[in-house]
Amino acid sequence: MTTSHSTEAPPQGPLEEHFDATIARDQRIEPRDWMPDGYRNTLIRQIAQHAHSEIIGMQPEGEWITKAPSLRRKAILFAKVQDEAGHGLYLYSAAETLGADRADLTERLIEGRQKYSSIFNYPTMSFADVGVIGWFVDGAAICNQVPLCRSSYGPYARAMVRICKEESFHQRQGYELLMTMMRGTEAQREMVQDAVNRWWWPSLMMFGPPDDSSPNSARSMAWKIKRHSNDELRRRFVDMTVPQAEKLGVTLPDPELRWNAERGHHDFGTPDWDELMRVIKGDGPCNEQRMERRRSAHEEGAWVREAATAHAAKQAARAEKGAVA
Amino acid sequence: MSTPTTHEAAAFAGAALALGDDALVLSQRLGEWAGAAPVLEEEVALANIALDLLGQARVLLSLAGDEDELAFLREERSFRNVQLVEQPNGDFAHTIARQLYFSTYQRLLYGQLAAGDGPFSGLAAKAVKEVAYHQDHAEHWTLRLGDGTAESHDRMQRACDALWRYTGELFQPVDGLDLDHEALESAWLASVTDVLGRATITLPSGPRTGAWAAGAGRQGLHTESFGRMLAEMQHLHRSHPGATW
Repeated sequence: MTTSHSTEAPPQGPLEEHFDATIARDQRIEPRDWMPDGYRNTLIRQIAQHAHSEIIGMQPEGEWITKAPSLRRKAILFAKVQDEAGHGLYLYSAAETLGADRADLTERLIEGRQKYSSIFNYPTMSFADVGVIGWFVDGAAICNQVPLCRSSYGPYARAMVRICKEESFHQRQGYELLMTMMRGTEAQREMVQDAVNRWWWPSLMMFGPPDDSSPNSARSMAWKIKRHSNDELRRRFVDMTVPQAEKLGVTLPDPELRWNAERGHHDFGTPDWDELMRVIKGDGPCNEQRMERRRSAHEEGAWVREAATAHAAKQAARAEKGAVA
Repeated sequence: MSTPTTHEAAAFAGAALALGDDALVLSQRLGEWAGAAPVLEEEVALANIALDLLGQARVLLSLAGDEDELAFLREERSFRNVQLVEQPNGDFAHTIARQLYFSTYQRLLYGQLAAGDGPFSGLAAKAVKEVAYHQDHAEHWTLRLGDGTAESHDRMQRACDALWRYTGELFQPVDGLDLDHEALESAWLASVTDVLGRATITLPSGPRTGAWAAGAGRQGLHTESFGRMLAEMQHLHRSHPGATW
């Protein structure tokens, strides 16, 4: 970045007018276009945290690759975890178009200076959790991400188009696993209901704090980085999920949940926002474990990355020598 | 294929099981890397290789019986994989050395089977494309680690030495597989010698089989860590007899 003014700086004249007009016309901002520093920094933060979530999100499901109860499910899980690593790569690339550096973003994650989705701080305790993660967590991600396909920043929007296609595939597979389990033994049905009970509220919290305490939302919406508010997306998710729960034959653990014909939406209870704050601040059930795993993979892999760099340098030196000779 | 004799059918199923177990067990080991790879690109690559191997295992085990029954309800003594693939992941160099030795073998094995007209030729023709990619991946990492830093060189050398004793078993005849084992072994040795040489790794000099282990894995004799690996792989399936997933 070459400019150093704050976001409250006075209008920049033609550059800023051009930027504002592009946003107003619903056109895309591209990497070489001028953009306010606040816009750039907000996007770096959001895209990086999105990328980190894909990477940390490999852990709760990766846990079950080695334990999957059929070879078909094992293959599905492998493919899903591989897709997540791929999503992380797309998203880090999108963040790099804004001048961020992937290695630096990784450091920020490992040092706890950047966040990842609160949901991945909950443990996967049974194989039904794998299905429920597909159904709820990928479902919530889709609610969040489909509108991001129209986000004002081009590289982010294009990454979202590719990611959403794969996420909806995962969501259907998760739901299909639960359907299969619900048609199975009594123990399997109990496993599914237990997983639903444990993941429902954390999934609702994935949309972030309520609108009246979401400090970045208004600006992100004005810049069309975000297209809908947290509460609006949360409502959509509930409306989408309730009929799926009925079809599956499970109950959602919320006594206040009911259809409101007047509003045309479901009414539902209030997530425990204190719990969300504790999880975001690092005090959830698996925060430490997730971070430790990422940190140790990074540290134990250092010699491998150093070897690759040293080998590339040797190869380059040999090529140069060859070219001279 | 003309109507097989009972012996031919049994040999075919046995060979499918041996090759299927190799792929299944190595896939399981690679699955242990999920979320722990040294770079993100390797998360993708290792999962990709594991998924290819799992696909091969499913086809092969289905030729021998029910894939899930065979994977989840047999005990150690009934598994027919070579001991090389069940070796623990160790550090990244150990995983790469195991991949180099095994993928070179698989590439040559499936190359031979694809060129023949036996019952495995169709399956081998598909697999050979996958294992060529696996071998390429292992070769590149062997070069990077061997000819990288002093530390990576030492680790790669140690890994190649440690796994060397499990490579002789790859060339024991398997009933039901029509192969030129001598050609397979000499091509394998030539390829591995070339890669290790370019990686500045000294070709290990120890025996290629243990004192009594020649062909052991194929007879259901396995190393100690294998039981723990199976316990993890099978526990959920075994805990719910008759359940479908």
